[in-house]
Amino acid sequence: MIVLRTPGGVSLRLHPRALTVGLTCALLTLAVGVLALGSGDYPLSAADVLRTLAGDGTPAEEFIVHELRLPRLATAIAVGAALALAGAVFQTLVRNPLGSPDLLGFTQGAATGALVVIVVGGTSTMLSGAAAASGLATGLLVYMIAWRRGVHGYRLVLAGIGVAAILTGINGWLLTRAPLMDAARAVLWLTGSLDGRGWIHALPVLIALALLGPAVLAGAGPALRLMEMGDDSANALGVPVERLRLALLGAAVLLVSLASAAAGPVNFVALTAPHLARRLTRAPGPNLLPSALLGALLLVIADQIAQRAIPGHQLPVGVVTGLIGGGYLIWLLAAERRAGRL
Amino acid sequence: MRSRLRGSAMTLAYERRTISRELTVDVPDQSFTVVIGPNACGKSTLLRALSRLLRPSAGAVLLDGADIHRRPAREIAKTLGLLPQSSIAPDGIGVAELVSRGRYPHQGLLRQWSREDEAVVAESMAATGVTDLADRPVAELSGGQRQRVWLAMALAQQTPLLLLDEPTTYLDIAHQIEILDLCARLHEEEGRTLVAVLHDLNQAARYATHLIAMRDGQVVATGPPQTVVTAALVEEVFGLTCRVIDDPETGTPLVVPAARRRTAIGVTA
Repeated sequence: MIVLRTPGGVSLRLHPRALTVGLTCALLTLAVGVLALGSGDYPLSAADVLRTLAGDGTPAEEFIVHELRLPRLATAIAVGAALALAGAVFQTLVRNPLGSPDLLGFTQGAATGALVVIVVGGTSTMLSGAAAASGLATGLLVYMIAWRRGVHGYRLVLAGIGVAAILTGINGWLLTRAPLMDAARAVLWLTGSLDGRGWIHALPVLIALALLGPAVLAGAGPALRLMEMGDDSANALGVPVERLRLALLGAAVLLVSLASAAAGPVNFVALTAPHLARRLTRAPGPNLLPSALLGALLLVIADQIAQRAIPGHQLPVGVVTGLIGGGYLIWLLAAERRAGRL
Repeated sequence: MRSRLRGSAMTLAYERRTISRELTVDVPDQSFTVVIGPNACGKSTLLRALSRLLRPSAGAVLLDGADIHRRPAREIAKTLGLLPQSSIAPDGIGVAELVSRGRYPHQGLLRQWSREDEAVVAESMAATGVTDLADRPVAELSGGQRQRVWLAMALAQQTPLLLLDEPTTYLDIAHQIEILDLCARLHEEEGRTLVAVLHDLNQAARYATHLIAMRDGQVVATGPPQTVVTAALVEEVFGLTCRVIDDPETGTPLVVPAARRRTAIGVTA
């Protein structure tokens, strides 16, 4: 740990390893991002991409980079960061390493709204709006079911699992009601996909990240670390536990709902990124910022793999994150078993 | 007798179960107050109320004359500390890192780790004898060491008042005495006001300067151990027939339960 102090009484704590991990993730995301902007049916060199981003490209390059590829990249970065940040918050709040939005029913909730729009018919803006709204409503429902003079981690998990099960049933029923074409579209959405995403998808998530990100990181980060030690300890240290938990749940549910609205319920990013961040930084605590940066990197890489793994055929990005995330968890399990910790 | 911390006509209840009604308690300043009583008498509930974890459904807890639920949590946390019965050490955390979390109420966005924080954490670790463990992971420590680390964290909070909820539970007798000796030293040398819930009557009588005896959610007796711990009171509060003799080590009251089969003779020393 490095401490920076100024004569004015300002003091900052920096964890070199966490900083390195965060910076590396950010740089890698930028590098993969430049590659992503340059690759496709009309390839551009990295230099061309950078020149175009600087506003010096030909009209064709401008169109390809700014209109076609940048929105998709921005969506991937924003969705990855939002899911990972929310995942890190959930895992800390419920004190359960599996406390992801999938486990707690929020992604299923977002899916229900999207499916209703797909079955009834509506524009893609309506679909995004419905997904965000129903995700938030699910969050509220789970909180209300779990509330009993305050919400405790395990009650939240149980309420979430129950709501998730019910919503999965409803989602299945909605799928069987859909005409074949719509059902295919719905399944693609449910897998999580970045195909054809534009600024209209990226912007809501980016705005939410810009507003909620600093609030969660700076405003609640230190208090969230204390909440890991149990409600009583955090309370004794002056954390208004119940109010903060409601605020953080609200912020995390909002991020997940908007991310799902933009790209569908992309699998495993919320679960995997915080785990991986903790292993890389070797720092205890929620590791919020490294998690978010790692989430962005994971999704950008996964999208590149999704676009290129099978030539001439694009995979939905959710398939790739599922394979990477699931594979990572199984590897983690094997590693922990070998180390005798499990 | 002055009391910065008071519970005034409190009704304490969980859900539909009422533990205490009209409970009034004063914690004398600079005292080592120990709350005693049988299981489920409401002593831990009282401590939860005093430490802001349980909001009284009627009455109030007053700190320096103001209701503790009407002041910012962080402000209260600079005056009133708590060592809860169970805390969770986060995965992979080291001793020094855990102790430093006790500084939270004194820190801010731009004041994350001042020289004062550093000095207070070092002092707290020295006072509890965990300086040598600074870099060890908390998970690897023994029960006694771990409790000293949690106590160090509570000390780092630098509160003139410190509440301890059964600080010796789960510890063997040697570690129980070690923790209580440590508390007595904090009380005597640093002038902190301590309030502890203890199960062991004899330890309570030995270490406390002020006892609060409870039964069925009500205070039965308060005062120095010499006046509170009598055979009659132990019988009344715990339903236990006993003799009370002088502790050969300290001269404080020592409760000797009556032997089975023998008729209790009720001699008070």
